[in-house]
Amino acid sequence: MTVVFALLFYAASIVFVAGLGYRIYRFAKAPAPLKIPTTPAPVTEAGVVLRLFREVVFFESLFKATKWTWIFSWAFHMGLFLVLARHLRYFTDPVWTPVELIQFIGKYASIAMVVGLAGLWGRRFLVDRVRYISAPSDHLMLILLLLIGLSGMTMTFVAHTDIVLVKAFFRGLMTFHLNPLPADPFLIIHLLLVAILMIVFPFSKLLHAPGIFFSPTRNQVDNPREKRHVAAWARKLEET
Amino acid sequence: MAKADFKVPELQEFIEVPLLEEGTMAHSHPFHSKPDFQEPLGYPGELVENWEEKAIEKMGDLLGKYRSFQVFLDSCVKCGACTDKCHYYLSTKDPKNMPVGRQDLLRKVYRRYFTLPGKYFPKLVGAVDLTKDVLDDWYSYFHQCSQCRRCSVFCPYGIDTAEISMAAREIMDSIGVGQKYCNEIIAKVYKIGNNLGLPGPALADTLEGLEEDVYDETGVEVKYPLDQKGADILVVTPSADFFAEPHVDGLIGYGKVFHEAGVSWTLSSKASEAANFGMFIGSYENMRRISLRIREAALELGVKRIVMGECGHAWRVAYSFLNTLAGPFDFLDPNYPVPQHILEFTYNEIQKGTLKLDKSANDDKVLTFHDSCNVARASRMGPKPGGQFEIPRAVIKAVCNNFVDMDADTIQEKSFCCGGGGGLLTDDLMELRVKGAQPRVTALKNAMDDSGVTHMAAVCAICKSQFTKVLPYYGLDMDQIVSVHQLVSEAIILTGQKSDEDEDGEDED
Repeated sequence: MTVVFALLFYAASIVFVAGLGYRIYRFAKAPAPLKIPTTPAPVTEAGVVLRLFREVVFFESLFKATKWTWIFSWAFHMGLFLVLARHLRYFTDPVWTPVELIQFIGKYASIAMVVGLAGLWGRRFLVDRVRYISAPSDHLMLILLLLIGLSGMTMTFVAHTDIVLVKAFFRGLMTFHLNPLPADPFLIIHLLLVAILMIVFPFSKLLHAPGIFFSPTRNQVDNPREKRHVAAWARKLEET
Repeated sequence: MAKADFKVPELQEFIEVPLLEEGTMAHSHPFHSKPDFQEPLGYPGELVENWEEKAIEKMGDLLGKYRSFQVFLDSCVKCGACTDKCHYYLSTKDPKNMPVGRQDLLRKVYRRYFTLPGKYFPKLVGAVDLTKDVLDDWYSYFHQCSQCRRCSVFCPYGIDTAEISMAAREIMDSIGVGQKYCNEIIAKVYKIGNNLGLPGPALADTLEGLEEDVYDETGVEVKYPLDQKGADILVVTPSADFFAEPHVDGLIGYGKVFHEAGVSWTLSSKASEAANFGMFIGSYENMRRISLRIREAALELGVKRIVMGECGHAWRVAYSFLNTLAGPFDFLDPNYPVPQHILEFTYNEIQKGTLKLDKSANDDKVLTFHDSCNVARASRMGPKPGGQFEIPRAVIKAVCNNFVDMDADTIQEKSFCCGGGGGLLTDDLMELRVKGAQPRVTALKNAMDDSGVTHMAAVCAICKSQFTKVLPYYGLDMDQIVSVHQLVSEAIILTGQKSDEDEDGEDED
């Protein structure tokens, strides 16, 4: 079991990092040949940073669009963020102070995360328009995340696992040492699903996470009259 | 009320989100282009033999050229935020008119050919092969998008369906499936210089006629010059301004403003068209070629500034793209932005106090303002974000006593499209155009009932033409749509103008 999971997590990490790296490279490499920010748009770089901040932290556009999706989605993402931050304790020793400080709240953030996911999933059945646009993969992704959340919560609130051993296992992986992983069913499910999530990430709509930073309608400065914005391939047209 | 061979949607009290109904607009598609209109644009005349392969190749090419295309295809999470934002969905209930539904027509093909899950598990991720049926769907539904960008305001990743529909049209053009309306017009611009195919002499005649009209009415010799070398300002305006109603009343207004401001200006027979349909078909090359006419005209005439007339998508191309496509404009006066909008010009003159305005001239109207999509969501006026909302309203308020905005959810960045933008302003799409106007007309009707609004001002030639045509289907009057500079024109008192006692009583409203 230990060896299988060690190999699985090495493989998952490689796919995650390399795959995501490749996709980000693709985003970065494709030029944006025209200024297309959705206006009104900021006229300075600082303004763009602020716009992206509001978008990433508060989901500003989604808030304008639909309050139900916003509340579920925001609860899920913020819950996930705290839960992930809480998990840093398995990879750091000594545990960083901020991570220490959020241990308690991170525990309950998992509830927000799961409630948010359930709400988002519910919309896929209840709202006819959202039902229409949902592919099987959209349902599976939510199921995957829900199961990760629920299996994790089970270990937090119901059937504790030996987290000292879990930490030793992951700290060991980081230095290429094999330490035994507890053969706890909830832990096995939890870790297996997380590995699947990491592997699926670069090939799925989870690319929305890096995508937002590369979205020209959100990340461009509104200054086309002041500055020309010619892409390399477009410059070739000028030379002929 | 105008007659229709389709069911005109009934105006509801509010803009309601309907339950979806599949396939209600599957029959809608514009006339196909002909080889004569395809070839001048650099496209094959008819469907090429190995079109599937060519289309996928073109898609790959665009993925490498446009970050927007790549990012937008990858980033959608199907959250549904956009699903009730498109005027065409709200009025037709067709789920393929939901922004994400429209994007998915192309996205599912992208997934099939360009992503691993789509290659190996197509059913799981909803990926499909590019077949003739899919292509037909593309042709139908990518010509049911007015590229108004309303969806992009609400998308948490800023996905802009306009970019997807532009790419789709570019792919279709590249395999010989073009739309007649857009491509015929672009071919006409290349051949004659403007969308309407008005040759130089006809233009000169028209402008002379305008000078006579204004003289008869005011006793002042306001000039509408054409190809006047050495003028300070080159004015580029949509060709509809030369004769269509209410557009031409706007052009008369521009002339009066320039006259009072004491600047010399000219129109150009070479760049006698502000519209740039290259944008609608998503073609950088054609958009650039059309834009270069403006540069050439500016150089030939030796002007110092460029001012654009009232037009929505033309202002987007001019404001957002002109400098990139046809710049640098270092031969123009650096003290002015290139280009300027006529409203920026008029607004500045009002601020300076050079215009003598009699607001009461418009007292027969209660105005509201329709924010045209491309002005509202794809460009700006003035130095500050949001100037595109404030400046037109400030000008209207400076020339009218009665102004009321429509419902806040239907104006400014949330403005509803007129239903005729994005290369759809053609009679073969009349059903779509009438239906697409429903949300905007609902908001207008509410403003009429609640606040006594009588007229709606717009700053876009397409909006003006579209409303003139579709308002009667809803039992409203075509004259209710007016140009902003028409209002300016009414209110402006020219230096030395004869008193207007003699024209009282023949007011047509």
